[in-house]
Amino acid sequence: MNQPQRFRWAEFTIEALIRVLGFSTIGFVLLIFLFLLREGLPTFFEVPLGNLFGTRWYPTFDLFGTLPLILGSALVTLTAIVIALPLGVATAVFVREVAPGWARELLKPMIEVLAGIPSVVLGFFGMTVIAPLVRQTLGAPTGLTAFTGALILAYMSLPTLISVAEDALDAVPKSYRDAGLAMGATQWQTIWRVVVPAARSGIVTAVMLGLGRAIGETMAVMMVTGNAARLPLTLDSLFRPVRTMTATIAAEMGEVAQGSVHYHALFAIGIILFLMTFLINLAAALTIFQKRRRGGLR
Amino acid sequence: MAKIIAERLNFYYGDFRALADISMHIEEYQITALIGPSGCGKSTFLRCLDRMNDTIPGTRVEGKVWLDGQDIYAPGTDVVDLRRRVGMVFQRPNPFPQTVFDNVAFGPRVLGLHKKENLADIVEASLRGAALWDEVKDNLKQDALSLSLGQQQRLCIARAIAVRPEVILMDEPCSALDPIDTLEIEELMRRLKVDYTIVIVTHNMQQAARVSDWTGFFWLGRLVEFAATQDMFTKPTHELTESYITGRAG
Repeated sequence: MNQPQRFRWAEFTIEALIRVLGFSTIGFVLLIFLFLLREGLPTFFEVPLGNLFGTRWYPTFDLFGTLPLILGSALVTLTAIVIALPLGVATAVFVREVAPGWARELLKPMIEVLAGIPSVVLGFFGMTVIAPLVRQTLGAPTGLTAFTGALILAYMSLPTLISVAEDALDAVPKSYRDAGLAMGATQWQTIWRVVVPAARSGIVTAVMLGLGRAIGETMAVMMVTGNAARLPLTLDSLFRPVRTMTATIAAEMGEVAQGSVHYHALFAIGIILFLMTFLINLAAALTIFQKRRRGGLR
Repeated sequence: MAKIIAERLNFYYGDFRALADISMHIEEYQITALIGPSGCGKSTFLRCLDRMNDTIPGTRVEGKVWLDGQDIYAPGTDVVDLRRRVGMVFQRPNPFPQTVFDNVAFGPRVLGLHKKENLADIVEASLRGAALWDEVKDNLKQDALSLSLGQQQRLCIARAIAVRPEVILMDEPCSALDPIDTLEIEELMRRLKVDYTIVIVTHNMQQAARVSDWTGFFWLGRLVEFAATQDMFTKPTHELTESYITGRAG
């Protein structure tokens, strides 16, 4: 009688412990978000909205226009994805569909190693190699531009993009490939018209995850984009210095007086950034969910 | 007239000899059924006829397969063109996860047929040919995966005939289908043989007896007996064939 009773208690304790640990992870995320709100929300009362979403970020003169920063982040990130998408999908197609077995075994771990390079190292590389290269090729006054940042970011988001896209291609049943080939399609036509479209939702997810990683990246971007908070609306903006939201927070947080309007404004940027990444991740999750629901043979 | 002639065909997966000296004539505008127990080589033989085995690494072919007098394993053979002439329907219905229309239009688009003729006409003719037109004509934009399995398999047949092949290979096309869908596919095959040469692999001997003109019986990689279906099922010459078709072996 006693023995099973004790066992059930052990079971109960362990189960409760696991449950608490599991919920606490969610709890921490929630607490971080609440903290972000507590520190950032006052901005929306202290600074008029016209100022907050104005075109000039110049805290010394109480100008907290976040628009240049938001657009700076958007410009760098979107350019990065435009560069990374074709490279990443092409690499994934090569690794999964074309490369012989030994090359695949060699390439996959190497791509994963890419993900492990610390971003500050990439920043170094960007500053000393890419930036001078950009300056010389464009004849620009400085090589620290949005484009330089986009190149580095593209490189950083490639490992995620490639491995998720490759998984998506891997999940395409062999029967689709067989059907394509048996119709008299070439290998290339089969890949391009059957396999890649069938993996479309997975590739979209890969892009979203790459995007989420790129938009939150700070160190490398801060090192190579020149950090001038100007509105990137002219045509040549891509090849001029720009400042992202993340770089602004990282650069200014150390010197700001705690509790000041500037301090709150930096947190407000954090909220905006959080919302943007949240929406991107949500979109990625929804695509995955939709794919699961369509299911079928997969 | 023989459309396809296999001559001393051997096939190896690595060191394993999956087909041993297969010689067979496949008659034009007739249905030839290949029967035998699982693993006897009938599917492997079928896939030799459109060189789909080329996609499996570590395999090797010896011997000859003549299609209209041309050896399809001769060096310099255009495999892509061969597979256009010799279409294939697989065991599990495998429509692409696209619309019904795009599935049927896939082949014509890939081969550039749509530049010469109206794509919609090709699609309609192919769907009619596969006895699916009446069921899908009102909604060609629907997802192919939303069709029933039987409809999906007929869609795969429509997709195969859209490029106007000369031969259609069917690899156990009814094994995933229920009896009603199966009868529909068999009915369809009888109509298709007016225009196409059909080779079907089946594990179902009644199906072979019902639908085919010629039957080949495979056993452990060998072609034990090949004869007109009527003769095969009424007076088989080999004891092994008789044991198999009466259910005593296999």
